Amino acid sequence: MTEYEHHDYDVLIIGAGGAGLRAAIEAKQRGLSVGIVTKSLLGKAHTVMAEGGIAAAMGNIYAEDNWQVHFRDTMRGGKMLNNYRMAELHAKEAPDRVYELEQWGALFDRTKDGRILQRDFGGHRYARLAHVGDRTGLELIRTLQQKVVSMGTDVFMECKVLQLVHDSAGRIAGAVAYWRPTGEFVTFKAKAVILATGGVGKSWKFTSNSWESTGDGHAMALWAGAELIDMECIQFHPTGMVWPFSVRGLLVTEGVRGDGGVLRNSEGERFMFRYVADMFRAETAESEEEADKWYADHSAGRRPPDLLPRDEVARAINAEVKAGRGSPHGGVFLDIGSRRSAEYIRRRLPSMYHQFMELAGVDITREAMEIGPTCHYIMGGVKVDADTAATRVDGLYAAGEVAGGMHGANRLGGNSLSDLVVFGRRAGAAAADYIEGGHGPADFDAGEVAAAIERALAPFTRESGENPYDIQRDLQDMMQANVGIIRNGPELADALTQLDDTFSQRVANLKVTGGRAYNPGWNLATDLPSMITVSKCVTRGAIQREESRGGHTREDFPKASAEFGTFNLAHSVSGGTYDGEFTTVRSPLLTMPDELKALLEEAK
Amino acid sequence: MADVTMRIWRGDASGGDFQEYTIAQNEGEVVLDVIHRIQATAAPDLACRWNCKAGKCGSCSAEINGKPRLMCMTRMDELPEGTVTVAPMRTFPIIRDLVTDVSFNFAMAERIPAVLPPPMPEGGYRMFQQDVERGQEFRKCIECFLCQDVCHVIRDHEDNKQHYAGPRFFIRYAELEMHPLDTNDRRDYVREEMGLGYCNITKCCTEVCPEHIKITDNAIIPLKERAVDAHYDPIAWLGRKIRNGSKRSAAEAGVQPAP
Repeated sequence: MTEYEHHDYDVLIIGAGGAGLRAAIEAKQRGLSVGIVTKSLLGKAHTVMAEGGIAAAMGNIYAEDNWQVHFRDTMRGGKMLNNYRMAELHAKEAPDRVYELEQWGALFDRTKDGRILQRDFGGHRYARLAHVGDRTGLELIRTLQQKVVSMGTDVFMECKVLQLVHDSAGRIAGAVAYWRPTGEFVTFKAKAVILATGGVGKSWKFTSNSWESTGDGHAMALWAGAELIDMECIQFHPTGMVWPFSVRGLLVTEGVRGDGGVLRNSEGERFMFRYVADMFRAETAESEEEADKWYADHSAGRRPPDLLPRDEVARAINAEVKAGRGSPHGGVFLDIGSRRSAEYIRRRLPSMYHQFMELAGVDITREAMEIGPTCHYIMGGVKVDADTAATRVDGLYAAGEVAGGMHGANRLGGNSLSDLVVFGRRAGAAAADYIEGGHGPADFDAGEVAAAIERALAPFTRESGENPYDIQRDLQDMMQANVGIIRNGPELADALTQLDDTFSQRVANLKVTGGRAYNPGWNLATDLPSMITVSKCVTRGAIQREESRGGHTREDFPKASAEFGTFNLAHSVSGGTYDGEFTTVRSPLLTMPDELKALLEEAK
Repeated sequence: MADVTMRIWRGDASGGDFQEYTIAQNEGEVVLDVIHRIQATAAPDLACRWNCKAGKCGSCSAEINGKPRLMCMTRMDELPEGTVTVAPMRTFPIIRDLVTDVSFNFAMAERIPAVLPPPMPEGGYRMFQQDVERGQEFRKCIECFLCQDVCHVIRDHEDNKQHYAGPRFFIRYAELEMHPLDTNDRRDYVREEMGLGYCNITKCCTEVCPEHIKITDNAIIPLKERAVDAHYDPIAWLGRKIRNGSKRSAAEAGVQPAP
């Protein structure tokens, strides 16, 4: 085989967001050698975009809060499709992970008596989100980044992993990547690999996700022999900017509603009162008066319907726009300016204030924002063991957005940052256990490396072919139109045909111009196989789940079905590529122990 | 809307020049939108670094009409009529087109002695809002490195990069110095090893900060005062000896940066 730059590590971590960095700290603390590979610079991962906070039942505002209530909220928010054990571990361990961040230098906002302040968010019974204004994700990533750097960890920046590499026994043995600045290839041999690559949102036209969210980890895991579950469950965040068009999809934090903002239609009506599902009726306010009392004191009234879980709110906004009661640019209005003082808004929501002022010329302390649903998060992901984050492939672990199960059919706001640190830590620890137990690869499949490199270089060698940007644009348009927030059988079937035939063909025949050094067209060409792979799984899951649940809404099956609530849809692929043979099977949910079932019963 | 001509620097470490692209404009666009449309059509290999496109990650720094700015937060309609010039940050070596090698900054980050709080008491630390707010201002930093780009100490004197942290890291040192929990004293270190004295407070860094951090007034000047006090003020020195120091020196704390 051709010689490439090569590195050996105990643990290789792919992705440098919250989950990857937390995993690195854990493995490093166990005395292992750790390499982190990220396709961007360190500290730029999508975690920085998280605004509202990190959910942890510390009980600093409401002493009644505890892990049991957090667990119950998470399961109900996920429409009971969650891996209950992940939801349980998450609820139990999140407080310790938040306190740990303070030991590493994080500075959260404080209560009057000096404890960590917690804010209200959709679907959480109590004020539960530790936060720093509306830039909590930045605080999380900077704290973890500074900790990782102080521990002397090797970070390979702007280095994109193309594919995982096995040993001759089928265990994970490492990965093959290329340096974006030079276009040169590099191989990593590792005893264990942790995927922490984030989400998939870049396959939709209107998304809050950056260019990085192309589902690389989802696709690589699938190609390497792992399963993906719940891929049809995509969260469309109810409040993305809708204007100017060029920033359509950009996130507006749920903290706006947690801090008193309300949704209105073009008639000025607070329409959410008309969209309260039976499951949430008992705990939701019936009048504006009752809802408004709740903000100051949660015992004085029930929760405003504006703070229902995200899937409920996104569907309601969609329905209002469809009914002709939308805003001028096709969204609805989010109003906090008429309800809170300018000083309060600027202090609590500084980056929202600047975002609207600078990008839209809107002063949110005086005017309502125009907002609408935007593709934000994938609940689905790599099927893992709850306690260890291990996949079914020996030596391969997954944590954070790339892992599935924790959030079921719909994620609650604030549960993502806590997911990253709870399961990032667990993945790092489990990888360390695996290595300390003497496990690891016997060798390193050079054939896989050579094949991956040949595929990556093929777009340069073709005489002619399409511009990758054209394929990406068409894919985004198609997924937005056919596999968006409201779905139906015929459109999904059409999407799958297009993905299997047209898009797979187009990706196989694209052409890249220019050289290999820092060539964004080539980079996109290497992202497209991941995007197609993930889009196929999402569409296949959406076709087979003939019901509506959480982040999956079928207009031809508008109700949740008891039968479909008993299993996840699990995808696998043979052939190890985007054009392999895809299989989708029903995978039964874990059976919940009686004491946890009782928590959910009590809550009713 | 009328077409606009973008004059974009193209090239690599071996050299390059500005190339012009004329393209239609859309309402409400920022510079990065226009760059992306050029990438998607006329120049798929046009290199530019970006991530969030929302002013939160600090990746898309460039010099727009000569001024260091984020491409994602610069609206086309706020720029003067006529050709728009986009060049890479000048202080850092070129990789390609608008992408520069900012590894200097990551090397400086590695040399910062870590935060060193006391053991956490039962139920968590107690800190007060007015005390954390000082550090929170500096923790808003998105590491766009525009302050480093515009700082003449490094922009005009390449050799200073060995022993000068620059404004981005002076706010980090200030944040740690003002951190309610930290016990690690970096005042001598930042003065002796990180070149704090080279900064002559021209405030260029503050002017370009997209997060509106008052780098000079709130971080560098107080840091200079504290560093100087630590070194020259005999009463402060004696006081520390008697109190046995609430902050340990970076060396004593054993958290010198990793090799």
